[in-house]
Amino acid sequence: MKAKVHITLKPGVLDPQGKAIEGALRGLGFTNASQVRQGKVIELTVDETNAAAARTRVEDMCKRLLANPVMENYDIEILD
Amino acid sequence: MKTAVIVFPASNCDRDAAVALEQATGKKPVMVWHQETDLPDTDLIVLPGGFSYGDYLRSGAMAAHSPVMRAVVERAKAGAPVIGICNGFQILTEAGLLPGALLRNAGLDFVCRMTTLTVENSQSMFTSGFTKGQYVSFPVAHHDGNYFADDETLNRLEGEGRVAFRYVDNPNGSARNIAGILNDAGNVLGLMPHPERVISPLLGGVDGTLFFMGIVEAAGRKP
Repeated sequence: MKAKVHITLKPGVLDPQGKAIEGALRGLGFTNASQVRQGKVIELTVDETNAAAARTRVEDMCKRLLANPVMENYDIEILD
Repeated sequence: MKTAVIVFPASNCDRDAAVALEQATGKKPVMVWHQETDLPDTDLIVLPGGFSYGDYLRSGAMAAHSPVMRAVVERAKAGAPVIGICNGFQILTEAGLLPGALLRNAGLDFVCRMTTLTVENSQSMFTSGFTKGQYVSFPVAHHDGNYFADDETLNRLEGEGRVAFRYVDNPNGSARNIAGILNDAGNVLGLMPHPERVISPLLGGVDGTLFFMGIVEAAGRKP
């Protein structure tokens, strides 16, 4: 099954890259853009046929490697 | 005193660390490649600076799961002294041997310059060569050196005297100006500045020599 993991910085964790992107957007005239936060998306295929089992596997991957719980949150999407 | 330096792909301060350790101990350290699963008998393990695995995923995240790190974690938990410098500090946090994380520098820039630090704890096996409140100068060279932990963790670190070094002029946005911390047992030190780069007047200073000599002396005093 295909999975997509969205990793974002926890609220309150300083995101200087998000701030720089916001500054650049404003420079381009997008003055209504605010609170920009940068994260990452990891796509992978898990060798499971059951969505719940796939989610459990990916959850374990997030805890052990893909996300750092000190500073990041993650959200798992099982696609098919 | 026997020492070991762990070498990861894209470590780049491993040789500097080796020279500093040889200067202080009189013996060449054993260089241990990250694929090794066993560690030699050693009195001190150093995780050097660099950009292990190209900083993929997060700085230190891949290295923290290298085969050799299982042995390092085991030794550290058994009380062996371990120092992580710069990328080594990032690896120690990712491996769970030290609390917190190192975020992108608050100013976004890679910072490469001399920093002045205060020694906050001179009782540890790594800092007993200094006196509390003493100023030392070590250079920093990093992009992800902004120390972050929740308030509860920061309060605990300060309350337990586990902040080893603090920046006088914070170069990266680190919480409470923290430059280096100890684990709860006091046998693991992580710091972003590079003591191994100031071991000769030709290199701009000798405070690093004092740092490594202090560790050797502390090891000699150990019963």
